[in-house]
Amino acid sequence: MKLITAVVKPHRLDEIKEALQAFGVHGLTVTEASGYGRQRGHTEVYRGAEYTVDLVPKIRIEVLVEDEDAEQLIEVVVKAARTGKIGDGKVWSVPVDTAVRVRTGERGPDAL
Amino acid sequence: MAPAVTTLAADAPALSAANTGFMLICSALVMLMTPALAFFYGGMVRVKSTLNMLMMSFISLGIVTVLWVLYGFGIAFGTDIGSVIGWSPEYLGLSGIGVTELWDGYTIPVYVFAVFQLMFAVLTPALISGALADRVKFTAWALFVALWATVVYFPVAHWVWGAGGWLFEMGVIDFAGGTAVHINAGAAALGVILVIGKRVGFKKDPMRPHSLPLVMLGAGLLWFGWFGFNAGSWLGNDDGVGAVMFVNTQVATAAAMLAWLAYEKLRHGAFTTLGAASGAVAGLVAITPAGGSCSPLGAIAIGAVAGLVCAMAVGLKYKLGYDDSLDVIGVHLVGGVIGSLLVGFFATGGVQSDAKGLFYGGGFEQLGKQAVGVLAVLAYSLIVSAVLALVIDRTMGMRVSEDDEVSGIDQVEHAETAYDFSGAGGGTAPRTTATAAPAPAVTQNKKVDA
Repeated sequence: MKLITAVVKPHRLDEIKEALQAFGVHGLTVTEASGYGRQRGHTEVYRGAEYTVDLVPKIRIEVLVEDEDAEQLIEVVVKAARTGKIGDGKVWSVPVDTAVRVRTGERGPDAL
Repeated sequence: MAPAVTTLAADAPALSAANTGFMLICSALVMLMTPALAFFYGGMVRVKSTLNMLMMSFISLGIVTVLWVLYGFGIAFGTDIGSVIGWSPEYLGLSGIGVTELWDGYTIPVYVFAVFQLMFAVLTPALISGALADRVKFTAWALFVALWATVVYFPVAHWVWGAGGWLFEMGVIDFAGGTAVHINAGAAALGVILVIGKRVGFKKDPMRPHSLPLVMLGAGLLWFGWFGFNAGSWLGNDDGVGAVMFVNTQVATAAAMLAWLAYEKLRHGAFTTLGAASGAVAGLVAITPAGGSCSPLGAIAIGAVAGLVCAMAVGLKYKLGYDDSLDVIGVHLVGGVIGSLLVGFFATGGVQSDAKGLFYGGGFEQLGKQAVGVLAVLAYSLIVSAVLALVIDRTMGMRVSEDDEVSGIDQVEHAETAYDFSGAGGGTAPRTTATAAPAPAVTQNKKVDA
């Protein structure tokens, strides 16, 4: 199994979710996150005091998949997340030893 | 504050039901300004000290209300002693005042005047709190409020508005509190922060307002309540002066908001909500002493000057290095000085009194009087407030520890958190007397880790 993690622009969430559902993904986890990469932050002004806000809001999507689906799923996420502008985010995968469905105790790919 | 309302009849004016009803409503409007101020300030601090900021204003509603009834009204509006202080034993606890008792020339009961003035006394110490955000022990603040009201606000209210008070007798015009409220609070803020110092991380850490909608809500409610504060300060509606004040309050505030927004658009490239809220408050402050003596066009000018100058003044703290956290000095002291001095230029001589300003052929006389009022209140409040803060700091300490300040004063001083956005909850069920394990001894119950 692989854990696919995507840190992307918040307003792409619905597109990505729909694309993943069409691909056949049964579940995912979404977390609000903030961070920076090549996208610079922005400047805010409060009574003349300028603040550089360099941590930009992002969402982090996590999906567990079987090994053979991983590459294709990454492509699905990347396609749905892309706007072509700086700050579109990153997608990566890591191997996962095991996964358990809490309700039934099923293990491995059956738990997905 | 307002001199006697003249009547056509030769005999003394009688109690006016209309004026009494109007003044009770105005008193309630001014009361609303203290919670409004709490929201205005509360939205401007970081999440971790929101509740402390709200409570610094709210506690004034408790402390100053009680002190005012006990002896504050007597000091401010009792029989004059030496032009600096008042005292009348029958005002102790407001217990010797008849239900329908009227002062000579007044059409509202003394009780009604006392409660209207009470709301001013509550608001003024609360104004100071904005400069002290994030870092002052709550008990130290509460003690400061009690002492400051007693030795600064009550006497200064007598100077400015009390019959026999030296600024009042000199002819200083302060319709609703430019000196007694705003310069007084702004100078006190400066005195205290010179003693207690900066917030941890001032000029280094980002200190963005955590909720601008809360700031806008507070500013809107302040604007609303201010009609009671200003128009009510004529104590009735027999001659239209209160209505002129009402109009001038609205137009000066509008002009100040526009001026602040225009300045920051040119200077910083954006129209900010904080700028709109701050500009409105700067205009309200500046028209407070002046709105009973100027024309609506004069009010627009006063508002515009206040909006512009205050917008420039709030940046000074970064250059000079003092931490006026929420700009009490930049808005209330500066705005109060502008409004009080501009009376000397814009007084038409045709509204609250016949005193004319420089622009209406009155020469420098009124301007000179206004300058004396400004300097006297500023100096007295600055010095006495700094001394009070120093005494409290040397005895019980004014500031929370650096760790507590950094982790957030709300949990340390109030054992609460302003917002709980987590669905996870956490913690344990509340301990009540019914379910808690019996405490072995009272002394072991002293401190509970949050």
